[in-house]
Amino acid sequence: MAQGTTKIRNRLNRGDSAWAYAFIAVALIGYALFTAYPVISAFIISFQEYKPLGSEYIGFDNYAETFTSELFGKAVWNTIVYTVLTVPVALVLSFAVAIMIMPLKKWAQTTFKAIYYLPAVASGVALSVVWLWIYDPLPGGVLNQILALFGIDNQNWLGSSSTSMFSLVFMSWLSSHGTSIIIYVAALLGIDESYYEAADIDGASFWQKMWHIVLPCLKPTTLFLLVTGVIGSFQVFQNAYLMTGGGPDHSTTMVGLLIFDTAFKYFEFGKAAAQSLVLALMIGIIALIQFKFLGKDVEY
Amino acid sequence: MALYNNHLGNRAAKYARNTVIVVLLLLFALATLFPIYFMIMSSFGDPIEAGAVSYSLWPGKISLESYKFFFEFSEHSYRWLLNSLIVATAVMVSNVVFATTAGYAFSKISFKGRGLLFAVLLAAMMIPYQVTQVPLYILIVNIFEIQNTYQALILPSIVTVYNIFLAKQFMGSIPGEILESAKVEGANQLKILTTIILPLSKTVMAVMAILTFMDTWNTFFWPFLVTNTMDMQTIQVGLKNFRFANTTYFAPMMAGATISAVPMFILFFSLQRYFLEGVTVGAVKG
Repeated sequence: MAQGTTKIRNRLNRGDSAWAYAFIAVALIGYALFTAYPVISAFIISFQEYKPLGSEYIGFDNYAETFTSELFGKAVWNTIVYTVLTVPVALVLSFAVAIMIMPLKKWAQTTFKAIYYLPAVASGVALSVVWLWIYDPLPGGVLNQILALFGIDNQNWLGSSSTSMFSLVFMSWLSSHGTSIIIYVAALLGIDESYYEAADIDGASFWQKMWHIVLPCLKPTTLFLLVTGVIGSFQVFQNAYLMTGGGPDHSTTMVGLLIFDTAFKYFEFGKAAAQSLVLALMIGIIALIQFKFLGKDVEY
Repeated sequence: MALYNNHLGNRAAKYARNTVIVVLLLLFALATLFPIYFMIMSSFGDPIEAGAVSYSLWPGKISLESYKFFFEFSEHSYRWLLNSLIVATAVMVSNVVFATTAGYAFSKISFKGRGLLFAVLLAAMMIPYQVTQVPLYILIVNIFEIQNTYQALILPSIVTVYNIFLAKQFMGSIPGEILESAKVEGANQLKILTTIILPLSKTVMAVMAILTFMDTWNTFFWPFLVTNTMDMQTIQVGLKNFRFANTTYFAPMMAGATISAVPMFILFFSLQRYFLEGVTVGAVKG
């Protein structure tokens, strides 16, 4: 009997593999050409001095230069500073907002979610244009005008190395939390009601419920957002490029931007490839550390 | 919601609590929306040099002069919008078609090497794009020699791993028995895909289409690298160049930014549900 069903099943599944390969063909070809090949190629190029007509092997020179370069060190430092200032703040902000959204009516929840998500819909270039004018260094600049009401002197926000990094961070605080708010709200809605009921019977306060139910239940979500946030933040490039170009005095040069400059400003492809692989390694290590210390109960 | 105690002793306390919450949320919403409001509002100003402008928070007058100024900046400015539309549409269609079929194969058909291939694909999501960007540039520009063409703008994102992952996640919940019985009835895989899977996957396909279109429309970096004449640029690259060429014209700059952003706003408000749904896929089990 069992043999019979296996036979039938085999007959039914005949030809399925061929279909499956046909279905994934385009995806695989695209992946091979535009992802796998470039990754392998990056490894090869990183040991070369790239020239359009025949590159030269120079061993570990590119890596040696990367590790000894003061600018690369500064870029790594800037990236860490930016990450530390943006990611945790974004997490706390989105968590607080998500908690506050909960008691509202459905339509109000949706409206707020849409509002907070709106900046993510606008292009980075459009936002950079607006923020450049907000940060306009003249007394007539929008931010300077607003701060003047509080008696604060006008600042050269993007043009001075003491405030340029903070300006980028502040911009990120106000324009990149839509996604995490939505994710947190979805996770909050997924918490089993019976926990709260049990807590109510025990007479738990709001804060006790937060501490004993919400935080543990949302740990996987928080870890997910933290890991993806840090990974994303380490690759930040576009905003710094559009807003400050990495200046003044390399105060906002982050690793992603440095790689771009090395590759497409100075056309040192080999060095850029080496830098990018060092960046990939750093991101990998950081992700591993986060998983190790913050629990393994996260599923992707 | 039982996180909040809705049986507070008196109604006033509950009322006060909700008022405080709404006020805080509104303040945060104002801060979030301010740049966008400022952009749209200022775009209706006159195209005069920045020195003569005092930024105000209220529109003094409504004029479309700055929009005219933006479109007259280059003879190709309408073409930028068209290019963005062409590229975003092509990438969207190819992603929906190929990511859906691949997602189906990975989730519902057993074939040799399925697990390994999928793991290899997923591994790609961990690699920072900086690693692939230099070799990809060399591939497109020096090896294929197709810089400054639509192919160069479209091909690298013909089907993204993220979309395949999205499709696979979604289709995992379709019961296998339906597919089995279709097979017993003599349907082949293509027929199963088109008559059973696709109708059931409309939501995920819509999510995929919208997010892919928006990402492609908004993308700046790749078009910036591979286009070198004005007539092949997308709106984002055009806007960037406009910004560099006209550092002193404030209102037209805002008009340009508004032009690049408004199509996405319209898309967002008309298809909000799919946007908000698409964000949570893969992050929250549910």
